[in-house]
Amino acid sequence: MEDKQKKATAYWKENVRYLFILLFIWFVVSFGAGILFKDYLNTFKLGGFKLGFWFAQQGAIYVFVVLIFVYVYLMNKLDKKYGYNE
Amino acid sequence: MSVQTWTYLLVGITFALYIGIAIWSRAGSTKEFYVAGGGVSPLANGMATAADWMSAASFISMAGIIAFAGYDGSVYLMGWTGGYVLLALLLAPYLRKFGKFTVPDFIGERYYSNTARMVAVFCALIVSFTYVAGQMRGVGVVFSRFLQVEIDTGVIIGMVIVLFYAVLGGMKGITYTQVAQYCVLIFAFMVPAIFISFQMTGNPIPQMGMGATFNDGSGVFLLDRLNGLSTELGFAEYTDGSKSMVDVFAITLALMVGTAGLPHVIVRFFTVKRVKDARKSAGLALLLIAILYTTAPAISVFSKINLINTVSKQPYIDMPLWFKNWEETGLLSFDDKNKDGLIQYLADPNQNELTVDNDIMVLANPEIANLPAWVIALVAAGGLAAALSTAAGLLLVISSSVSHDLIKKIFLPNISEKGELWSARIAATVAVVVAGYFGIHPPGFVAAVVALAFGLAAASFFPAIVLGIFYKKMNKEGAIGGMIVGISLMLFYMAKFKLGWLGEIPDKSEWWFGISPEGFGTVAMIVNFIVAIVINKFTPEPPLEVQEIVEHIRIPSGAGNAIEH
Repeated sequence: MEDKQKKATAYWKENVRYLFILLFIWFVVSFGAGILFKDYLNTFKLGGFKLGFWFAQQGAIYVFVVLIFVYVYLMNKLDKKYGYNE
Repeated sequence: MSVQTWTYLLVGITFALYIGIAIWSRAGSTKEFYVAGGGVSPLANGMATAADWMSAASFISMAGIIAFAGYDGSVYLMGWTGGYVLLALLLAPYLRKFGKFTVPDFIGERYYSNTARMVAVFCALIVSFTYVAGQMRGVGVVFSRFLQVEIDTGVIIGMVIVLFYAVLGGMKGITYTQVAQYCVLIFAFMVPAIFISFQMTGNPIPQMGMGATFNDGSGVFLLDRLNGLSTELGFAEYTDGSKSMVDVFAITLALMVGTAGLPHVIVRFFTVKRVKDARKSAGLALLLIAILYTTAPAISVFSKINLINTVSKQPYIDMPLWFKNWEETGLLSFDDKNKDGLIQYLADPNQNELTVDNDIMVLANPEIANLPAWVIALVAAGGLAAALSTAAGLLLVISSSVSHDLIKKIFLPNISEKGELWSARIAATVAVVVAGYFGIHPPGFVAAVVALAFGLAAASFFPAIVLGIFYKKMNKEGAIGGMIVGISLMLFYMAKFKLGWLGEIPDKSEWWFGISPEGFGTVAMIVNFIVAIVINKFTPEPPLEVQEIVEHIRIPSGAGNAIEH
């Protein structure tokens, strides 16, 4: 019982660490690049796009999709490591 | 064939398809009615979630709003997609593991209190009714333009169709109709976008066409031309907004958190088999949504340039047929103030002669670009698919909140399975009628009302659910207090600054912290968190068995058996 508890706590800790990292990236690409720093980024260009504008209307969305799939991959691995997969 | 014939044909075929699916997938038990039996595949759930999510506002209004707001429109793009990251990471897997039927169900069990359940039911009903009114209105608008019926008649036709498959099939019927509706709506959205992108830039991918040069050999970027045209007419540069940074920040966050807190979206993740399926289908849903959401801003750019080129400083008598058609619906109007017979489209309201409703940009876009008749008809079918799929999902939340959370869990705990199923169907019927009433007598225009529903969801559910999962010692007093204060504050702010229910609507300069009603959900959410945590400090800890439930939902395995605790 004690062991089971320890395992669950360790699993949860790793899970929360992943969440922090992924949500940090989530914040940086949307609120960071698309809003707070967009004027600075707009001095660069990506094809016909100003870079800050591109993040706000395109880039952030692409990163969001990738983030969820990275999360799925990481969690599936974590589940296996702790024997919680099914 | 004429546009009219094509429209009847395509709308007829898609409606027949939805009804066919509904008959094939009738619900026989409450579990099928509430969560489609709990065995939906991740891909089907992803498609259904995407259709559920993308409403009349996403399909009909969003590209138009962005076309007129430019950079400011980014709040919708980031807000309505970024919420899925929160949903996938913070809510969906745990709620699936918990394995209940509704969101109030989670709140009621996790906070071991029927008061908490009642508050959650109340919040779910407010959020869902606010949102569903906008959908019925969207159905009416599409019908009135494309099938030449009154908006009210259109709303009633929409009501009958939704009633048919939501009442008969419950979640099971809704899920499989939504899969079909996703296919219809994404096809209808992409075809004109690809046509126009190719026409203007030679690049068929709209996401790239948006950042490309015109294919007339001039080498000018579309966005540079649009910035030039905008400033020439007195507007702000397209790639720069006019909203303050703090407001853009607050609106984006409120929409994200609201997305993650919307009951009709959350409940979709109860329908898959395992926790890992819930995670995967959240990813698939966002991928399928992102196809539309990255195309919409491209459509905004194309249609804005086309609109300005077609109308600006042109003689009114030379206007093409679509211009007259839309004038008849009242969504487009021309007032020749200086009597020169030319159309002045300008930022200055005293000189501007053209009023364009946001909704036209997507609906009229194929006509403005001279696309074939079947493409124009396809857009009508797509708009209806978007509005109907979202309306059905919301009606299910309303009916299950009433039949499951109010009747079964609070008033008549001994009701039979069959009785509960019938009460769910009756509740759905009543909800459709109420939604239809709001559609005919709308409390505001489509997008404004929908945007406020997010503020309400952000202010009420999100903190209670997140704390319920991530803070084991969170107790009922804190959660209930937080939800009540959060939603009341949001309702007050809406009533004062948006709806004008408390006297005249005050000037923008009186907004608290410079935040608009659309963005105020962020403030109300923070207040909810603070109130919940403070009350929690001064009231007793939750019982041990509740803390055990929290530990249990943090472990992904064994979700299939978690229905009864």
